[in-house]
Amino acid sequence: MHKEYLMGNEAMGLGAMAAGVNLVSGYPGTPSTEVLETIARHNVDKRIHVEWSTNEKTGLETAAGAAMTGARALVTMKQVGLNVATDPLMSLAYLGVEGGLVVLVADDPGPISSQTEQDTRTFARYAKLPCFDPTGVAEAYEMIQEAFAFSERYHTPVLFRPTTRVDHGYASVTVKDKDEWEPHASKGFVRDTKRWVIFPKLSFRAHGAIEARNANLTKVLSEYPRNEVLRGGETVSRGVVSHGVSWTYLRESIREFETAGHADTPRLMRVATPFPFPEEKAAAFLEGLDEVLVIEELDPVIERELTYLCGKYHLAVRIRGKLTGDIAAAGENTRDSVYAAVAAFMGWQTEKPAEHPMPPTEVVRPPVLCAGCPHRASFYAVKQAMKGQKCLFAGDIGCYTLGNAMPLDMVDTCLCMGAGLGMAQGVGAMDPETKCFAFVGDSTFFAAAIPGAVNGVYNQADMTLVVLDNSTTAMTGHQPHPGTGHTMMGESVTPVSIEDTLHGIGVHTVRTVNPLDLPRAIETVRETAAQPGVKAIVFRWPCIALVKPLGLANIDPEKCRDCKRCIREIGCPGLVTEKGKVVIDAAQCTGCGLCGAVCPFDAITVTKAPHGGEPKGGHRSCR
Amino acid sequence: MQMNIILTGVGGQGTVLASKLLASAALAKGYEVMSAETIGMAQKGGSVFSNLRIGDGLYSPMIRKGTADLLLAFEPAEGVRMLPYLKPDGTVVVSAHPIMPVTAALAGTDYTGREMIEYLRREVRNLFVLDGFAAITEIGNPKVLNVVMLGAALASGALPFLSEDDLREAIRQRVKPAFVSINERALRYAAEHGFAKTAAERK
Repeated sequence: MHKEYLMGNEAMGLGAMAAGVNLVSGYPGTPSTEVLETIARHNVDKRIHVEWSTNEKTGLETAAGAAMTGARALVTMKQVGLNVATDPLMSLAYLGVEGGLVVLVADDPGPISSQTEQDTRTFARYAKLPCFDPTGVAEAYEMIQEAFAFSERYHTPVLFRPTTRVDHGYASVTVKDKDEWEPHASKGFVRDTKRWVIFPKLSFRAHGAIEARNANLTKVLSEYPRNEVLRGGETVSRGVVSHGVSWTYLRESIREFETAGHADTPRLMRVATPFPFPEEKAAAFLEGLDEVLVIEELDPVIERELTYLCGKYHLAVRIRGKLTGDIAAAGENTRDSVYAAVAAFMGWQTEKPAEHPMPPTEVVRPPVLCAGCPHRASFYAVKQAMKGQKCLFAGDIGCYTLGNAMPLDMVDTCLCMGAGLGMAQGVGAMDPETKCFAFVGDSTFFAAAIPGAVNGVYNQADMTLVVLDNSTTAMTGHQPHPGTGHTMMGESVTPVSIEDTLHGIGVHTVRTVNPLDLPRAIETVRETAAQPGVKAIVFRWPCIALVKPLGLANIDPEKCRDCKRCIREIGCPGLVTEKGKVVIDAAQCTGCGLCGAVCPFDAITVTKAPHGGEPKGGHRSCR
Repeated sequence: MQMNIILTGVGGQGTVLASKLLASAALAKGYEVMSAETIGMAQKGGSVFSNLRIGDGLYSPMIRKGTADLLLAFEPAEGVRMLPYLKPDGTVVVSAHPIMPVTAALAGTDYTGREMIEYLRREVRNLFVLDGFAAITEIGNPKVLNVVMLGAALASGALPFLSEDDLREAIRQRVKPAFVSINERALRYAAEHGFAKTAAERK
């Protein structure tokens, strides 16, 4: 054993390694990404098969195959990734597993970097799968090992659902040395068609068995020490229940109130397994209480369970929480919101924070495409080429969602990964006058766009697919994907070609162009969009985080007439104003030259850097 | 001892590394540490913050409003944004150099950061203002502002449990060898150049 200061995701990755995981798959997604990266980094002897899969569905299926052979497997994703993996997971719940299979799904209350505020605890009930809900970094390290053992013992995949503050929190963790890791190995695939081939008859039998198992697990999990009750004062009539990071906020608040002199503290319960619910433990907790506050993030999962238990056990306890308006229905809980909720529930006075007047101005900082980002040039080229024509620009999930920001304003729709293709086809079918474009990134192309492209070719759609290929999965911190030629096992492999893929499915016009060559890029868009049917443009230039800056833009004060066209047209964060004059922010500019290309007075030129455009060595600036 | 620190700035300014260096130095001294970072979309030029807590009996890395001992702001408007987290006698160390958001450049408003510094002067008793632009110009690399700010926090006296040597050691451990020397210069900057402590003029 030794101590390490770890990010929650690192702790979970190392915990899986300590549990003897044999195969790890997943698809990048904030806040889950670093779990798999940590395992790849520590996998020096390559004993574990680690892969970024094409998408979450493939990742889960790969992990399921491994677990069928008796190996321990981990698949990682963010909460919306679980939607992609839902098809295999729902059925796998019926088949079960031989080796332990942990499906790590990171939820994102807020949401901070996501499309939805869905709650994987709710999903667990729907899929009838056990769910583990860690409260912090150090605990997550231990708990993921327990999850593997539990999965193996009950032959079922289990969900493990940290939230952003667990994933991206840091704490000191006591971790096992390598020689203390549990050894695990695959036993090889054993053919058993009655077990591994899903058929209605099997499903009927499995359904009954799952319900019986889960009923039993409510008792088993009542004994699980992490489903914990802290008794509070002798004459206590109030209780507070929580889970996840909110539990740590609750404990901290209670201690603060104790320090402030409140002795009549409530009885507390922490729910570590929201499904199956630790029913007996909860019933004992409720016994003798008048009123209970449930502090939850996302869905009122525990609140509903407790309300149900009050009916079932004829308990006259008033359950309060999200459904009664005591806890906010949406968004992330904070130290402040939990502190205030406890105070209001207990009738305690709170400390009044210092009041400050309104700041002089409001400085709003929506996230924007980085200075020099090739996506800015790609969006601008399409915008210029299609000026004056009625267009739909269907966006997608990734850095390029930020193409929505003013002044580019080039995202009309954004639904989920790959959705832009289908939506462009639907709009085009109903509104043939509109020129329909779907933008996807390179990683998204492989993850989610290919069926949409096939659909367009087959169903005779008229649309332009724009692939923004920056040679990486940029938004989540630069992970490799099938088009990069690198794997998480450290191998160099033949990249899967986006152009060849498109040709293969019958997209005949596929044009590839460097977006930083603006006149050529605009011309390419004009020519391509004028073709009938499904056609594609691949804008190819690497993410600025991967290559050294091309140079630095300079503004010639003799030529600049302060028209600010550069700022108004492209909105690059490298262009700022000082006393009404446009100035290049040297700290941000990468010398992409786009501002120079839009300047009507040729006032901006780029001084080229000696090694501009060459790969940076292992640099990671953002994730 | 328990100390709550908030580091705040704009995505790309290096708050995450600064927070890691502080944590690393505190851990080396034997303190318990918890921290939390902004990772994700906001790192693309959005407002970012780190929570860092040092001391015994911590349950979570998150900090409640009105309880931060130190607010280390790499950008004036971000310092103002996080001010509600500062406790009444807490310290603010702020770089005066503004980062103009694209929205301000587009709207043609001249955000200079000075209005924010004036506001902080009115609201904060223990305020230390550093000319971040002069620092990065003299050192010659804008990327080291984060370590300049750590040096400034040290020089302000708001990190009594850490010495310059502790932070220098953390830099040597966590920064790529090629960048150690420039970061050591950055760490020294505030001590060598100093700044005037500005008492608030409360109404």
